[in-house]
Amino acid sequence: MPTATDHWYDFRDLSNLSRVILEGIDSVGPSELAYLVAPLIGFVAFFLVFVLPSQLFLGVYGERRIIGRMQARKGPNRVGPLGLLQPLADAVKLLQKEALTPARADRAIMWAAPIFFVAPAVLLFAVIPFGPRMVFADLPAGLIFFIAVSGLPVLAAFMAGWGSNNKYSLFGAMRVVAMSVSYEVPLVLMLLGVAVFANTLSLPGIVLFQAEVNLWLVFMMPLAFAVYFICVSAELNRTPTDIAEAESEIVAGYLTEYSGMKWGLFYGMDIGYALAASAFAATVFLGGWSMWGLEQWVPPWLIFVAKTHLFYFVFIWTRGTLPRLRVDQLMGFAWKFLLPLAVFNLFLVALERLLWAEADLGDGIVFAFAAVNIALSAVAVWGWARLLGYRPERMPTRPRLAREAGGYVPLDDPAAGGR
Amino acid sequence: MQIAFWALAILTLGAAGGVMASRNLLHAVLFLIVAFIGVAGFFVLLSAEFIALAQIVIYVGAIAVLLLFAIALTPRALRDNSETAMVGPAILLGVALAAIFLFVIHDAAWGAGAGDPGIGAADLGRALLSTWVLPFEIASVLLTMALVAAIMLVRPEAEEDADAGAAGGGGEERA
Amino acid sequence: MTLTLEHFLTVAALLFCLGLVIALSKRNAVGMLMGIELMLNAVNLTLIAFSRFGSGGGAVAGHAFTAFVITVAAAEAAVALALAVSVYRSRQTVEVDQLDLLKL
Repeated sequence: MPTATDHWYDFRDLSNLSRVILEGIDSVGPSELAYLVAPLIGFVAFFLVFVLPSQLFLGVYGERRIIGRMQARKGPNRVGPLGLLQPLADAVKLLQKEALTPARADRAIMWAAPIFFVAPAVLLFAVIPFGPRMVFADLPAGLIFFIAVSGLPVLAAFMAGWGSNNKYSLFGAMRVVAMSVSYEVPLVLMLLGVAVFANTLSLPGIVLFQAEVNLWLVFMMPLAFAVYFICVSAELNRTPTDIAEAESEIVAGYLTEYSGMKWGLFYGMDIGYALAASAFAATVFLGGWSMWGLEQWVPPWLIFVAKTHLFYFVFIWTRGTLPRLRVDQLMGFAWKFLLPLAVFNLFLVALERLLWAEADLGDGIVFAFAAVNIALSAVAVWGWARLLGYRPERMPTRPRLAREAGGYVPLDDPAAGGR
Repeated sequence: MQIAFWALAILTLGAAGGVMASRNLLHAVLFLIVAFIGVAGFFVLLSAEFIALAQIVIYVGAIAVLLLFAIALTPRALRDNSETAMVGPAILLGVALAAIFLFVIHDAAWGAGAGDPGIGAADLGRALLSTWVLPFEIASVLLTMALVAAIMLVRPEAEEDADAGAAGGGGEERA
Repeated sequence: MTLTLEHFLTVAALLFCLGLVIALSKRNAVGMLMGIELMLNAVNLTLIAFSRFGSGGGAVAGHAFTAFVITVAAAEAAVALALAVSVYRSRQTVEVDQLDLLKL
């Protein structure tokens, strides 16, 4: 069985290379040097293998070209072959631009906001396992680390919005905070279900669990996967839910006053966060580096990168095709639809886990659980949507604007007030 | 370890001083966030990773965001962070208390052993659900009460009237 | 020189006193709340430090108690900020030395 060896040239496991380098440094220099060099190696390797190709050729380029195809236009195709160098041209353009600061802005906050926005994006990748041994920080509570750190950019967005001293910026900032508070709750409840089912909080542990039972968590908890996708897309301000930077309502939200490379940092790191969320989804729901035995023939990190970009492609897809939602719709959706589903999912999963542990059912039972969960998830989504109703005139059940304007006539029943 | 401790000490105490010194309330909140992160760093240094992460999630992710929200919801009146006339006595009390604390800390024989470094999330969870299961449940009730109380406190009266008027219909809408 | 219990206790004590001064001297209710949060953080730091360096067997107790303190702090912050917003609505101010209806 061809598993990865310990030689530095074995490209199936890049951790060998970093280990050899670190051991070399340890034998020459003082012991503290390794602590400094290790993050550097991790950062450089991760940057070269993952971020650079992703950002340049799949992030910006892929996003723009694919959305262009979806919207029946060509997209950037002039710079370099097939327009591949467009991201570089954009970066050069951004670097040349002047980064303006409004006269009445809070300079310190406005200056610090992009930095606060960038730092967590790098930290997020520290706990992601790229391969069996390719994880930079194997924290026992990696899942919580991810949740904790992914809450930090909200503060940066608020700083950006407040520091700009512009009403649109402040609107955008308030929307970011409100959205993240609302969508964090179902997200965390769903991930709690994942942790309960996999019986671990460590991300490599979750991957190993999925490899062991030969079934990915996306099949065991389709509801959790769907809710994770929606919540993450809301927190990251991807287009169907990007009310925080909705250009048709509030110019550009908290980015209104930013220009030049400061804006570029926000823009670039938006993609960075989307990649981090995709990597997390690939780890937790799509089996990480495991692929039913294929990981022994293909480098595991390549499988992982492929899965990440598969998830990222769905991000691009929704962004290119779905229209933007309204603020109150999004808030109501999080609290009235996703939250009950998340609680339902948590109960279901905990019950199954209890059954599994108490009744000594063996590993094959997860396939039965998967079938039950898929069926129950479909029923829950359908039933809850029926119960809540989805007719557009009902969505704001207390339509103040309509009342102020003298009321509207409901389509089916003129006598009906609110619901 | 040493370097990390001193850096964290300077960061945390400096940020706490910034909360005291800054005139703008929003700057004070940002300093407070830095202090929270510094304390989380101390937790990591004391090998309490789970508590450190909980600190980040709850203090930085929830409480700081709540503070920012409160500031943004009550404009102008809340931007000022100046002291009352009690600042003199308060500083006096603080310095006196600090002196007593420092004296006690360095005078007492703590008999500190090597301690138990390895307390992970699993140990904590087991303890919370066996030894401390009653406080754990009470805490959950407290959180529910706080949730309901906070919503009731900030309800505008107009909305309450509207709900009382439309008692039969609009009960479900409350976000 | 290795890090001992005293190091952490000193930092926690200083943090607590700073929080106390902030809580006592700030004019603004939100400012006072920030001082209280700092004090709670200092207490948590003390608990964890004792749990790490203590020689007794109750090391988990420190962690559990810290978890409870964090929980209560979250509840307290939510209610206190709701109070601040609601006081602002009725009195147009949150400066604590102007909330003196009961004084004469």
